[in-house]
Amino acid sequence: MSLPFKVRVRLLLFFSACLCLRAEVRVGDPFPSLSALAPAGAELPAGAGKVVLVDFWASWCAPCKESFHSYAQLQSDYRSRGLVIVAVSVDEKQSAFDAFVKKLSPPFMVLRDQGQQLVRQVSVPAMPTCYLLGRDGRVRFVHQGFRGVETDRAIRQETDLLLAENTSAHE
Amino acid sequence: MNKILLCRLSALFLTALSLTALGGCANANLVRVHPWERATLADYTMRPDRDPLATALGEHTYFSRESASGGRGVGGSGCGCN
Repeated sequence: MSLPFKVRVRLLLFFSACLCLRAEVRVGDPFPSLSALAPAGAELPAGAGKVVLVDFWASWCAPCKESFHSYAQLQSDYRSRGLVIVAVSVDEKQSAFDAFVKKLSPPFMVLRDQGQQLVRQVSVPAMPTCYLLGRDGRVRFVHQGFRGVETDRAIRQETDLLLAENTSAHE
Repeated sequence: MNKILLCRLSALFLTALSLTALGGCANANLVRVHPWERATLADYTMRPDRDPLATALGEHTYFSRESASGGRGVGGSGCGCN
């Protein structure tokens, strides 16, 4: 049994397209814009030329709750040096999002990905996952899950590295 | 290069590509329910031990029949966080 040449070519193109569609954001990739998530009237913190930590979380995820305390401390330690933290919720229910934010009142910007468009685009591999973006807006480090001190230490090391990079190259 | 050789080469390449694509099915990282879609699985009502009385009764039956105690299941619900 042999398929006609044209059918083979079409199958080849189809499989190639399937492989290309696996669009998980990885280290080195540009991160999608967060501007669509900002609620009306609210402004996103200026991230251009800065080191940005984007964290994907949910109110039903226990490690996410734990990570917020760590990010609050990180924000307090690194904000003056130029780190911007943006936490993106994947909660489907606005009420769950509101209750979580009200309870923890994080000192960094918290957004909700309504319709889970961004999280699909990024194809987050686990909850929580955080992406450290360099001054050029590209993903430099990805952390899956939150393992307390271990994750906190790793993020601090990488943040130090990114903040130490030459700022003039990206201005 | 004749057409037969070209056809064979393309068939070989197509087979290799198909195997590569299908190989993803065996990937340990493959998930059917995406991590951000597990709100329902993580709900308290999904916990098998949410009712203490039912748990105690189950434990009692387990102990009476099997002469065993503890070691049943694991903690947490189904969100799969970490």
